[in-house]
Amino acid sequence: MKKVAILEYGMGNVDSVFRAVEECGANPVITCAEAEIKNADCIILPGVGAFGDAIQNIRQRRLDEMVAERVLDRGIPFLGICLGMQLLADKSYEFGEHRGLGWIRGEVVRLQQDSPSVRIPHVGWNEVCPEVDSPLLQGIRPGKDLYFVHSYHFVCERAENRLATTPYCGGFTSIVGEKNIFGVQFHPEKSQRAGFQLLRNFLAL
Amino acid sequence: MLKVRIMPTLLYRDFELVKGVGFDSWRGVGSAMQAIRVYNMREVDELIFLDITATREERDPDFELIDDLADECFMPLTVGGGVRSLDDVRRLLDVGADKVAINSEAVRNPELIREVAQRFGSQCVVVSIDVRKQASGRYEIFTHSGHRATGVDPVVFVKEAARLGAGEILLTSIERDGAMEGYDLVLIQQVSEAVDIPVIASGGAGIYEDLYKALTIGNAAAVAAASIFHFTEQTPLAAKDYLYSKGIPVRF
Repeated sequence: MKKVAILEYGMGNVDSVFRAVEECGANPVITCAEAEIKNADCIILPGVGAFGDAIQNIRQRRLDEMVAERVLDRGIPFLGICLGMQLLADKSYEFGEHRGLGWIRGEVVRLQQDSPSVRIPHVGWNEVCPEVDSPLLQGIRPGKDLYFVHSYHFVCERAENRLATTPYCGGFTSIVGEKNIFGVQFHPEKSQRAGFQLLRNFLAL
Repeated sequence: MLKVRIMPTLLYRDFELVKGVGFDSWRGVGSAMQAIRVYNMREVDELIFLDITATREERDPDFELIDDLADECFMPLTVGGGVRSLDDVRRLLDVGADKVAINSEAVRNPELIREVAQRFGSQCVVVSIDVRKQASGRYEIFTHSGHRATGVDPVVFVKEAARLGAGEILLTSIERDGAMEGYDLVLIQQVSEAVDIPVIASGGAGIYEDLYKALTIGNAAAVAAASIFHFTEQTPLAAKDYLYSKGIPVRF
């Protein structure tokens, strides 16, 4: 059974990711301990909350260094969910300007209304439309609805990192990827069947 | 395209789920765990769970209960009732709530909205208000499960809540609640117009057409409903079929 390290850094709601990974047949552990991260077959960075607090907590716990060693040097699969995806960027403009992990080139900016009837945050089920053929989306119909809840979004510097987009506020990037590193703006752990399929695809990498 | 959400509401009181009329005359409608399992199986869009006596009894949220329920809930879950502090929010998120609804305390101390939004992000802050229409026709927010008048105007308050960082508004009409005679469309319209954040309409759904009206005339982003699902043969799935036939984007 695959050992999955779900990173704990005081930003809440790791429990639902834990339960979903468990339901998908893997062996999750919620942790910020080096030994467990070293021992994991893959790593998930969940997260709700504000970018500034999150990146500060990650650095305080030295999670960035520990995970970089596994993900950047050893190449084990990594999945960032929601804020966990945004943390992959170079920087974010949420409540000020913050430097991110910088593992996928890009910036995190606020969604902008493209018509007066559009509401922000973007909350609810919306389509995920693949830009490329990604192993993450195997068995998921293009345009399938997944669950979103966010006000900021990832703007990729390089088009090849944009694996899927979602039609809201003129369209935004909903999946990013760079080799073994992936980030999803939606919540697979809360997206029922399609979300579980994506998690299983990730666990099979 | 973003789909509209149909959200069953589960009200919890004295160890079971209940449903009343006008925030009174409560009837037991079964176990919370069972309801969550059924809704999970039916893949509903999102669930709202409110502990309706926590604030009046000056109790904390029942974190253990929420932990157990959230473990069975693979859809988005909003939890409310008795939320009074940043720490309450942190603990609810920790045990698996995706969003936290803040009602009485948000009116008493709106700064809490800002604190929670800055710490955990706007996306998890649902400001929930219960509104009563006065004889004069004026709308007023009531807290403590509809028992305490505040003198606060809902339109003024939601603007302030949105400015402080609320992510969504859960808007319940007290006198429409459980009556199953339709939502208060004027109230929904006024509140939806006042803010750019999503407004979830609650209180009054009796037939599918009521949902349609709240979304179109009221301009709500989502509809919450309880009695229609507890006490009739109508289901969230059939509601979506109906809305789809009327051209509303729904998720199947």
